[in-house]
Amino acid sequence: MSTITKYQTASTAFVQEAQVFADLYGSAHPTLAAIRKQAIVAFSNRGIPTMKHEEWKYVNLTSIAQTDYRTASPADSQKLSNSDAEQYRYAGKDAILCVIENGKLNVAASTMTGIPAGVRIGSIDDFSSDAAVMSHLFTHASFEEEAMVALNTMLCYSPIIIKVDAKVKCDTVIQLIFATVPGVDPLLIPARVLVVAGEQSEFTVVESYHTLGAGALTFNNVVSEVVVGKAARVHYSKIQVEGDEAQHINYHKVNMARDSYQHLTTLSLGGAIVRNNLNIRLDAEQVNAYLNGLYVLNQKQVIDNHTLVDHAMPNCYSNELYKGIIGDQAQGVFNGKIWVREDAQKTNAYQSNKNLLLSNQASMNTKPQLEIYADDVKCSHGATTGQLDDEALFYLRARGIGETVARSLLNHAFAADVIEQVENETLRESLMQLLDVKLSALQIEA
Amino acid sequence: MSEDLKILDEVTNSEYKYGFVSNIESDNAPKGLDESTVRFISAKKNEPEWLLEWRLKSFRHWLTLEEPTWANVHYPKIDFQDIIYYSAPKKKPSLNSLDELDPEIKATFDKLGISLIEQQRLAGVAVDAVIDSVSVKTTFRETLGELGIIFCSFSEAVHDHPDLIKKYLGSVIPHTDNYYAALNSAVFSDGSFCYIPKGVRCPMELSTYFRINSAGTGQFERTLIIAEEGSFVSYLEGCTAPMRDENQLHAAIVEIISHTDATVKYSTVQNWYPGDKNGKGGIYNFVTKRGICMGDRAKISWTQVETGSAITWKYPSVILKGDYSVGEFYSVAVTNNMQQADTGTKMIHLGKKTKSIIISKGISCGKSQNSYRGLVRIGKKAEHARNFSQCDSLLIGDKCGAHTFPYIEVGNKTAKVEHEATTSKVGEDQIFYCNQRGISTEDAVNLIVNGYCKEVFNQLPMEFAVEAQKLLAISLEGSVG
Amino acid sequence: MLSIKDIKASVEGKQILNGLNLEVKPGEVHAIMGPNGSGKSTLASVLAGREEFEVEGGTVNFLGKDLLDMSPEDRARAGMFLAFQYPVEIPGVSNANFLKTAVNEVRKSRRLAPYDSKEFLKIMKEKMALVEMDKAMTQRSVNEGFSGGEKKRNEIFQMAMLEPTLAILDETDSGLDIDALRIVSNGVNALRDGNRSFIVITHYQRLLDYIVPDFVHVLYKGRIVKSGTKELALELEEKGYDWIKEEVAVGA
Repeated sequence: MSTITKYQTASTAFVQEAQVFADLYGSAHPTLAAIRKQAIVAFSNRGIPTMKHEEWKYVNLTSIAQTDYRTASPADSQKLSNSDAEQYRYAGKDAILCVIENGKLNVAASTMTGIPAGVRIGSIDDFSSDAAVMSHLFTHASFEEEAMVALNTMLCYSPIIIKVDAKVKCDTVIQLIFATVPGVDPLLIPARVLVVAGEQSEFTVVESYHTLGAGALTFNNVVSEVVVGKAARVHYSKIQVEGDEAQHINYHKVNMARDSYQHLTTLSLGGAIVRNNLNIRLDAEQVNAYLNGLYVLNQKQVIDNHTLVDHAMPNCYSNELYKGIIGDQAQGVFNGKIWVREDAQKTNAYQSNKNLLLSNQASMNTKPQLEIYADDVKCSHGATTGQLDDEALFYLRARGIGETVARSLLNHAFAADVIEQVENETLRESLMQLLDVKLSALQIEA
Repeated sequence: MSEDLKILDEVTNSEYKYGFVSNIESDNAPKGLDESTVRFISAKKNEPEWLLEWRLKSFRHWLTLEEPTWANVHYPKIDFQDIIYYSAPKKKPSLNSLDELDPEIKATFDKLGISLIEQQRLAGVAVDAVIDSVSVKTTFRETLGELGIIFCSFSEAVHDHPDLIKKYLGSVIPHTDNYYAALNSAVFSDGSFCYIPKGVRCPMELSTYFRINSAGTGQFERTLIIAEEGSFVSYLEGCTAPMRDENQLHAAIVEIISHTDATVKYSTVQNWYPGDKNGKGGIYNFVTKRGICMGDRAKISWTQVETGSAITWKYPSVILKGDYSVGEFYSVAVTNNMQQADTGTKMIHLGKKTKSIIISKGISCGKSQNSYRGLVRIGKKAEHARNFSQCDSLLIGDKCGAHTFPYIEVGNKTAKVEHEATTSKVGEDQIFYCNQRGISTEDAVNLIVNGYCKEVFNQLPMEFAVEAQKLLAISLEGSVG
Repeated sequence: MLSIKDIKASVEGKQILNGLNLEVKPGEVHAIMGPNGSGKSTLASVLAGREEFEVEGGTVNFLGKDLLDMSPEDRARAGMFLAFQYPVEIPGVSNANFLKTAVNEVRKSRRLAPYDSKEFLKIMKEKMALVEMDKAMTQRSVNEGFSGGEKKRNEIFQMAMLEPTLAILDETDSGLDIDALRIVSNGVNALRDGNRSFIVITHYQRLLDYIVPDFVHVLYKGRIVKSGTKELALELEEKGYDWIKEEVAVGA
């Protein structure tokens, strides 16, 4: 079968499944049923993107297209227990753990006691009477423009929702543990998250992705929508530590209201093919957005970070720092776009992407982009790809530190820079540990 | 709007000064494009069979291609059947004596400030003048001939140096390369040919001056430069066209081969008619330029000052094949009014210790859109390759856009690739500082922009640099507001 | 302890050292002076093992071993210390972590048990006092954002921690004000114990008022053209280098 046919066949199979789903889950949430139908049309038109598509030119989805995926259903969930999840606790003993097992919230495995007043966490069924929240669901991430959002929208059946009321400051970290449990058949997992941050609220959310157990291939197709209210402050981390075989495409859309702040860290360590799409819309004035990313790759991993910082309004600030260490035969991709729309005067937008290549079979493709339609702006991007600084290396060696140790010290320092900006200390330390485990697995070649 | 900016806003409507039409009778091919057009051109040029075959092969390939849409430019679909593919001044241009040259042609070039009379040239610049589809005059041929340098029109080279043409034509840009390259390969009418023998340092600047004159024509010229081992040549290219309401297509090809230890510097001042203030008319400048550093320590340096054309689509590139070879790209691209530019370079590193530098300065004014698009690729075997890129954009006015699309592909860990890009507007504090010293805002903008482009202008031969600065000033007129 | 014989070295194809000879015995302090471009810093780099410098001839024996055959880290572990002219900034690596790694690696090579954190902190505190270094500096990234003086003090502090057999100070006095110069010199003098040797590379006699050398050598065109005692440094201070150049010209 030709590659194109494989893509078409896979796409058609997904659409057929979605049509069955529409009947299965349609009646419970009629408004969503209508959106789901539109998504089916959108996905049918686009299909799984090929490398001919400019936005997908560096990542080959053939391995996804040629796998005979079946969409996970409620029957594929609810098997894990609380102890399975506890090992992934990253933000201290008080943190709330919500386990989303193969796309569906598993309350029994979760630790959801001690949720502060003004904070609600649940699945779509818990929020169906909350019109304000429901109005956000499925509306921010555009399935018209993104095939993989359409795929999720037409297949997801159990979105998880976090709502924080106005003026609530929640110190307890909310960790969403996405547990991928492989089964007998290859599983497509269409997880979906909606976070609604009320005006002047402040809290921390962690999404972490794990594989538990072994089995057939898995493909997480996740969409997260984060609505940041006026003057709200949201700290968000996305942590990818799935198994070696995992395929994962996620789409993260943030909408930011006036005076709001968000700090988003994307840490990608696991998975075979991982694509992170971040779309941050600065939708009002005086918004501050920080996007940090770190990817450390070995073996044959492919990790593609696609970010869009969309400055739609004047007087906003964004700062993006992405760093990568790529070893073995791994491939890294960074595609970061800063888009300053016509009226977004007085925009300050910065972006930096730095990469270290550790092996001659490794590769890195970087495409930083500036698209600027307003004149009174200060925007810049910088990108470097290379090896460790020779001078620094020599300095360390001249102090008696052997070359291998010197290199790993410098690699750590290079990467830690991103994690050090995570505000929550416990979380920061957990991430640092994850980083060190991964770094120690890298082959360090002189 | 500040008072100063208002004043500047009034100083608008600068006219395109090369917009006149010369009354030169021309010999045209019938409108439209099919195999007979290709045969017509080939026959007109009395070409050998192999070249006709090559053209037909290109044409047939072109038919299978689709017009590219990935560039950040927008224009109505081109009707390729509504273009005249061959237009030549009717009077046979003289090759021996300037006296035999059509006085109207001579006057045209005088008006453009290009003197074809060798004695009147201040600096030693040899010129190949191309009007519409054909070369009308090449100066200093004898002087150059003594050194073994061949500098002539492409058509003459086909007849006089068929072996070189056969060997190198399409060797850097194959006829299958892209839509416009395939089109050019099918219908190219003339252009310049230049050959620098081993060890020769070309004693003067070689220059081609391109002029579109006839209405309804497309210009499809082709330049081929071969620098043998250890040679050096600096090559200049200038372009203008009359003001017309219609859009005219210019789809040229430049191929450069730089052998071991050879250096080729190629400078362009592109000032095709950009269209009027409302975006009516202007040249579509869809050009493929590429050089290859064949041998070790070969060097190719592109410098371009792009001020003209309604749409510019060009990416002068270097394939760094030889070890220690060097590729350079220095560019100033100014867009005003409704102009659109999507330009940049490709540096393909294949050899060891190859080095490239990219300095791009984009200036957007009016309602124009200006994009830098570039590729730096470090191949698996390009040990210790280096690239440094600096792409800056300056915005003048709030209706224009400045965009940067760099692609950086690194496949070797010993590479060191650095890319920086900034976008900003002309600093109000800088303008104020100048004002306070008695400099008008318009002059201040000019001064600041000139300073901003200095790194690129410095790469141009002196005479050209002055020309480029003047051109920049004209292009910027009326842009502040 | 160090015996340099007829060393020739070049960088990027340019010959800098032209048959240089130098003998350093335990406990001695040798000052190396010379005009710009005479090869002073090249000598330091060659001894420390910087890769860009190509050694084209000659031998260097350090404590009975062929120095030129050793990696930079092995030289450091064997007891050679270079105080850099331009200490490198290493963002993200804290001074303390950096030094602990270095000290323990050096100890490991000498078959000594690594210091645990407590011991290490105690020693560090002791040595910090030597160069009047603030505790906060140990938590900062190596040299990052340090002033010129702080960087040089940090070098001497590291020297104190690593306890080398031979220390090479490459223009450690450059860019120092008088207070910093005093602090740095006091640090160095405190480490003179009769066994430890020093090669002090400097442009100015000023430093030698503080660190008094046993020998002074003048380096010119990649060779030592004149040697003497500390009086030679004074003479150079007074008369400059021209007379040396003339002597060399006459001699040649």
